[in-house]
Amino acid sequence: MSEIILTPKEQPQVPLEAKNITPDAFAGKTIDEIKELKIWHGNIQVALSEFFDVDGESAENASEMKIIIDGDVYNTKRIGQKMTAGEITVKGNVNMYVGVEMKGGKLTVEGNAASWAGQDMEGGELVIMGNAEDYVGAAYRGDWRGMSGGKITVYGNVGSEIAEYMNGGKMIIKGNVAIMPGVHMNNGVLIIEGNVVARVGGEMAGGTIVVKGVINEFLAGFKYIGVEKEIEVDGETIPGAFYKFKGDHATKGANGTVYAAVAGNGHIVP
Amino acid sequence: MEHIIKNGIVYDPLNKIDGEKKDICIRDGKIVDSVNEADANVIDASGKIVMAGGIDPHTHIAGAKVNVGRMYRPEDSKKDVESRLAGKRSGSGFSVPSTFMTGYRYAQMGYTTAMEAAMPPLLSRHTHEEFIDTPIIDHAAYPLFGNNWFVMEYLKEGDVDSCAAYVSWLLKATKGYTIKIVNPAGTEAWAWGGNVHGIHDPAPYFDITAAEIIKGLAEVNEMLGLPHAIHLHCNDLGHPGNYETTLASFDVPKGIKPNPKTGSRDAVLYATHVQFHSYGGTTWRDFVSEAGSIADYVNKNDHLVIDVGQVTLDETTTMTADGPMEYDLHSINGLKWANCDVELETGSGVVPFLYTPGAPVPSVQWAIGMELFLLINDPGKVCLTTDSPNAGPFTRYPRVISWLMSNQYRSNLIENELHKWAQRKSDIATIEREYSFYEIAQVTRSTPAQVLGLSDTKGHLGVGADADVAVYSFNPETQDPSSDYMALEEAIQNATCVLKDGNIVVKDGVVVNIGIHGRTYWIDTQLEEGIYNEVVTDVEKKFKQYYSVNFQNYPVQEEYLPRSTPVNGVML
Repeated sequence: MSEIILTPKEQPQVPLEAKNITPDAFAGKTIDEIKELKIWHGNIQVALSEFFDVDGESAENASEMKIIIDGDVYNTKRIGQKMTAGEITVKGNVNMYVGVEMKGGKLTVEGNAASWAGQDMEGGELVIMGNAEDYVGAAYRGDWRGMSGGKITVYGNVGSEIAEYMNGGKMIIKGNVAIMPGVHMNNGVLIIEGNVVARVGGEMAGGTIVVKGVINEFLAGFKYIGVEKEIEVDGETIPGAFYKFKGDHATKGANGTVYAAVAGNGHIVP
Repeated sequence: MEHIIKNGIVYDPLNKIDGEKKDICIRDGKIVDSVNEADANVIDASGKIVMAGGIDPHTHIAGAKVNVGRMYRPEDSKKDVESRLAGKRSGSGFSVPSTFMTGYRYAQMGYTTAMEAAMPPLLSRHTHEEFIDTPIIDHAAYPLFGNNWFVMEYLKEGDVDSCAAYVSWLLKATKGYTIKIVNPAGTEAWAWGGNVHGIHDPAPYFDITAAEIIKGLAEVNEMLGLPHAIHLHCNDLGHPGNYETTLASFDVPKGIKPNPKTGSRDAVLYATHVQFHSYGGTTWRDFVSEAGSIADYVNKNDHLVIDVGQVTLDETTTMTADGPMEYDLHSINGLKWANCDVELETGSGVVPFLYTPGAPVPSVQWAIGMELFLLINDPGKVCLTTDSPNAGPFTRYPRVISWLMSNQYRSNLIENELHKWAQRKSDIATIEREYSFYEIAQVTRSTPAQVLGLSDTKGHLGVGADADVAVYSFNPETQDPSSDYMALEEAIQNATCVLKDGNIVVKDGVVVNIGIHGRTYWIDTQLEEGIYNEVVTDVEKKFKQYYSVNFQNYPVQEEYLPRSTPVNGVML
């Protein structure tokens, strides 16, 4: 696999939008051509080389290419947008919309990500080693068709309304979650290893949410089913005992499942 | 500026010109007999089609509910974005484009007039403000009367004269163009949480039926000598079995004599988006096309003109003053629903809708629209619409035209993409008729111009007409639309040249100049002062009692109309 190394120069105060930083856009181009790819700086288009040093070796196909962003790009948005193959590793933080509409390949952020990471994701793998803000793997504003495939893993904490309108795929949050994870969820799997503040699965109609930590406040629209041990989710067995709920009956035809660890969640069962 | 459009193949039904090679001369924004060729700008149209600018008699492009559609569907905006180009604004929206983009896109297809089909009177200022930001196209707005408290009370008392005075006042106050009636009595019933079924089911409290409202307003329309017929959206829209209500509604104004003071319409009823009203069966399971019965009625009667509301098989946004219908739709598809009650006047709703080609019901709906076009013999009784954006966005007109002109295009669609219900529940697969260019010019130009009462200056290319002209790169002498339907669709989507009021606004499918602002047509009528003043006094009193705005703040001043174009009704 060939490697392209993008070394960020100083990040500007006005954010960059770099949906051209994908193996797909780089494939088949020389280093000089890659330097000339356009990114947005506010409302002005500039060459990639204005904000990044470009080095390394290109490849003919996206699947044979790895892009390493060797530094912090806290004010760069849309890295990896619509990527279909290959790899991107960011050795720092990123701004909003990382991996939006991703269809394949692997994107790793070693630092933190701002909101909307993996919005409308369709395939591939997105890994965030640090924290992520709101709307991880959510739908575009107004849309009722969200993430449909792929896998998102966040090692840190995340904000609100993650997996909103999720329709498929898998999301694993190792840390804690703010409110409304899996709101309007229709399908797919959301596993939360930490705690949740409130409103897990609000108006969910389908899909599965597993919470291994503590749910501070739970919704009234869920029907308590009972305790299950060694639950089977997405072909994997998760050890431990869980309270099982079905809902959210605030919505029509609700058939979602929420598992909450027995340990620490005694206050949410009837 | 003078222009001469040379050697084009001209289709101009109002002047009985059917594919003749002919030059069109233009001076000072009007079509003239001749120009001095040495000075005039020559537009070479050899081997190209020349028609008058297209007219859309029923679309939703400006006003409160359109804007709700834009605001609550960012995902629709995201699908279709145009960046700013020289002299043009940026814009977005596939099914509900922003105002500027609306003007550009109509013009790019050679359309130069489009009518906003549902204006809540109370929100007319908003509608006109959006018109200010809609470039190029001439336009008008249709205020809603069918569930208006004043109308219902006057008609209940049998006081048609007072009702006429009120209509006259409201048209002036809102700068509106016609009497629009939407689900008469039904939208009022919706304010009480219900709906009416059929034309003899009275509205709560007001105790008046749709039949009485339609009849009364049709009489008012002719008393006032309005250029357009009453514009009716029948009851029971979208319900299986509704064709009986539709036929009964068609019969209500029959026998009333047309009395337009301008223009030359023969119809006393304009029935809109009839596709949505031609359903048989009792549920969505036994739902079938009744387009045949509707077409048969239209063929046998001369008092009405219809538009189709063709389903285009897209993801779109429905929006109508038919509040209860939108609730039904939301209950079926579960998608987001916006609802609004407009005080003493009307209501509305907005719901996104997916006309998926492979799904059973949309396939039949598509077939019903096509059947109406193809089974009604006289294109002088049909207008081409998609009830934009309800059955699909207006940007699909070129596709609808290609479907009408190519049986092969339709057959491919029916066999390869549509659900088999299209064949099983309608006769569409057995109909081989193909429209000619002359007939296309009728359903997109002359018929709407005539029924709107604008045929003196619109919808044709005779001397004295407004110089709104479209030139399309399709050569009927060498190309066959029946087999070359994709080229036809492309040619109409991006007109080679479009002139509006004598200015070249589109070249090679791109807006190059927005010219002067479009006209706003509105109705000016004058009645006997006695009854007029009496009614206005009554209205003023009701404003104090019920309205959230002051009487004085209600009327839209002419200052809101960049190019005010009053059309006279009765003037005493």
